[in-house]
Amino acid sequence: MPPSGLEKISDYLWELPMSFKPGMRVPARIYGTERLVAEMDDGVFEQIGNVAMLPGIVEHAVCMPDGHWGYGFPIGGVAATDAESGVVSPGGIGFDINCGMRLLLTGLTVDEVKPHLRRLVDKLFARVPCGVGSRGFISVSHDEFRNILEQGSRWCIRNGYGWDEDLDRTEENGCFAGADAAKVSDRAIERGFRQIGTLGSGNHYLEIQVAHAANIFNKTLAAAFGLVTPDQVVIMFHCGSRGFGHQVATDYLQRFLGVMGPKYSLAMPDRELACAPFASPDGQDYFAAMKCAVNMSFANRQVIAHRIREVFSEEFKKDPLDLGLRQLYDVAHNTAKIETHTVRGKPRSLIVHRKGSTRAFGPGMEGVPPAFKAVGQPVIIGGSMETGSYLLAGVKEGGASFFSTAHGSGRTMSRTRARHEFNGHDIQKKMLEKGIYARTASYPGFAEEAGAAYKDIDEVVRAVSGAGLSVPVARFLPVGNVKG
Amino acid sequence: MPYRYERDIAFADIAFEARGRSLEELFIAAADATINVMVENIEEVMPEQELKLAVSGNGFDLLLWSLLQELIFFKDARRLLLRIRSLSIRGGDGDLHCAATAVGEPIDPARHRLCVDVKAVTLHRLSVEKKNDEWFAAVILDL
Repeated sequence: MPPSGLEKISDYLWELPMSFKPGMRVPARIYGTERLVAEMDDGVFEQIGNVAMLPGIVEHAVCMPDGHWGYGFPIGGVAATDAESGVVSPGGIGFDINCGMRLLLTGLTVDEVKPHLRRLVDKLFARVPCGVGSRGFISVSHDEFRNILEQGSRWCIRNGYGWDEDLDRTEENGCFAGADAAKVSDRAIERGFRQIGTLGSGNHYLEIQVAHAANIFNKTLAAAFGLVTPDQVVIMFHCGSRGFGHQVATDYLQRFLGVMGPKYSLAMPDRELACAPFASPDGQDYFAAMKCAVNMSFANRQVIAHRIREVFSEEFKKDPLDLGLRQLYDVAHNTAKIETHTVRGKPRSLIVHRKGSTRAFGPGMEGVPPAFKAVGQPVIIGGSMETGSYLLAGVKEGGASFFSTAHGSGRTMSRTRARHEFNGHDIQKKMLEKGIYARTASYPGFAEEAGAAYKDIDEVVRAVSGAGLSVPVARFLPVGNVKG
Repeated sequence: MPYRYERDIAFADIAFEARGRSLEELFIAAADATINVMVENIEEVMPEQELKLAVSGNGFDLLLWSLLQELIFFKDARRLLLRIRSLSIRGGDGDLHCAATAVGEPIDPARHRLCVDVKAVTLHRLSVEKKNDEWFAAVILDL
């Protein structure tokens, strides 16, 4: 229920003024249709108001249309702080550092894939480990893991897990420069070094999807992104930095709690918004450690992409390149990055925190791969397992949100409630009746992921499009699904 | 049941409230609530291995946070599902220590009905407090 102080700026933009909560340094802006904003839980407004109190925050705190209750930041939260005088807050990135999405194209149509679908999904379920306690299929020593933390996807390519062109089609080219393995704890290494090549669980997934001709909204952009065949099959997956990233986040949350008051005289209303000056040794150590987790997650998705190519190659008895299994793009949802944005006519160096939000750079912007420079960065927004997902593109008008857009549908009910209201076996059966073959490591977890537990993805995309944050290119419908 | 999961809090995560007649009982209940998110029936976790845990915290809430984080650490680092058999809490004035004996076994998907992975214990709304001679804890786990 929106608070009484919420003001409508436009059909897709709302604002909480600084008077909403004492301590707010900037207003808080919430993107969404009237319906989405009306349905947002109270936690969104409370939390985005708290985010607006971060020292050094610039212009406004932002919440995306898929926003919902998080911890510290709402999920879907964006905050830019001044790189010289502002803070960095691990809560603005989250525990699953670089949780993100990767999209692979294929040269196959759904009619070509259908006879193979069950075997493909069964093989992917068997060969991409998922669920509680899963172990990765890449075995490395602690020292080699440290190399992965500093090299990201580049380590994978060098060791035969992928192609050079995959790097161009990954944010940060698959390696966030400046990662320093010396800034992560031995506990984080111990927790994560056996998990490269694992999907995780919860809302993490691997889907085989179809781009029907009727769901191509922008033919020019679709063609630029490689969607050129009617009923083209694509593969999308969603996962992050696993136990390693979670431990890095926990370690630094604990460290920042200990120093923010005594050392920096900082205080925030929510402990999950613990912060330190970005330019301080604590801030810089966190940033270097965070980059390690970003790189580990890129490497995780890189080896999973390699495994997907292997499975398709075995099933179709063709080389993955002949099957057209090229990467379209890989986006990160939970990161902090140093970016230059124009603020009131002047360029400013900012730390852009995105928590459950996707970067959406427009045409011509630095950081957009050469292949897409003319059209803008591909943006992948994942829907529920029953409804499908979207491909969008960044736009040059997206500066109001620091070139950020939504990342998913956002939840409308708790996992606990979903588990009581839905049955995983029933949902699996209904999905099969609708033409979606799904395998899961956990039926209670599957119930938690019911489509009805999520917002309307079409409405979310309508909101980001209407707000000028990104432009829809295509919608993908799932036909095969692997859930942890 | 010494803990219950909240239906209307924390949409993407899991919130629970645990209770106990003593702090020690409360901490054990909260540990079980954490493991129960990952395995459908915690009685399926056999006490095959024993680990000694030692954590500290500046306050009962942060002490509990540290203990639950240990369980999540071992779940990933050694693939162990652990329950707390016994624990003791000592100290005061913001310098608290907890020594615990944890028992459990490696994760076995063939025997354990696994649910969803816990990534971390958040500090959001984390509290430990005494009300009417009983201890309560509120915890939100990141999934």
